[in-house]
Amino acid sequence: MNLRIGKHEFTSRLFLGTGKYPSPEVMAACHAASGTECVTVAVRRVDLNDKSKKSILSWIDRTRIRLLPNTAACFNAAEAVRTARLAREALDTELVKLEVIGDEATLYPDLAGLLEATRELARDGFTVLPYTTDDLVTALRLEDAGAAAVMPLGAPIGSGLGILNPLNIRIIKSRVKVPVIVDAGVGTASDVAAAMELGADGVLLNTAVAGAQDPPSMAAAMKQACEAGRLAFLAGRIPRREFASPSSPKEGRIGT
Amino acid sequence: MNIVLNGERRTLDAGSTAADLLKDLELEGKPVAIERNGETVRKSDLPTTKLADGDKIEVVTFVGGG
Repeated sequence: MNLRIGKHEFTSRLFLGTGKYPSPEVMAACHAASGTECVTVAVRRVDLNDKSKKSILSWIDRTRIRLLPNTAACFNAAEAVRTARLAREALDTELVKLEVIGDEATLYPDLAGLLEATRELARDGFTVLPYTTDDLVTALRLEDAGAAAVMPLGAPIGSGLGILNPLNIRIIKSRVKVPVIVDAGVGTASDVAAAMELGADGVLLNTAVAGAQDPPSMAAAMKQACEAGRLAFLAGRIPRREFASPSSPKEGRIGT
Repeated sequence: MNIVLNGERRTLDAGSTAADLLKDLELEGKPVAIERNGETVRKSDLPTTKLADGDKIEVVTFVGGG
């Protein structure tokens, strides 16, 4: 079954970024290899001293890939709302990855500001995907405020530490009705598989691909991990047990 | 008249509109958006939005991000 967020439907459950790639050509190769149908972009002032620069958007295959503008580096609700409105006007999209950052060292979100901005943007017709912590109560409040999905972090942005609190992701998934996209923390393919095995509806990552030694190969690995993790989740894993349970029959051994 | 454009002072012809500014900056039709004193200017309002002395204008576009 496809993933639905607001009015948008996705076959791929992998969301990629557009930052920190060695070159735009490598980025385009990664997007293609990952099979992603949605990538994030950041909103920044036009560089008035160098207008020769080609737009990042020209390396994104928009016949296959939807744009998800973010409000990265916004430190309060008002800034994030302004940034989202600018992005909507420039791109004709109501999608927004909402970030309201509360702390520079960890890039953890300011949850009060995030709730306030989610409420305001949802009321204004945006499809809001808030980047949040792995806290259940916040996730429920974001859903209540009109979020179209919730995006708990697996670990701090760009840390590559993987899914540090699988229990919290699973708890969020079991309680909110909107899609849960694990955003941030992925270091390698198994982290994506782990998130998907927990039941996450999708994974958003950037640095793990952009910073890999061979980014397009890592992008392909992420695609497979995402599909494998999803399939494993749907297949239903066996319960964990403390002791062994033999796979071969005990009866009929020779000499018994 | 003087405005502050992306944090820098700039002199414009009196009566300039938001659309004129984008044309001056060679940004017409590009993936950009413009904000006047904290309010996004809708695309359809660009030609009729007259800028005034002291306006704080932001012109934004997109860059790589996660």
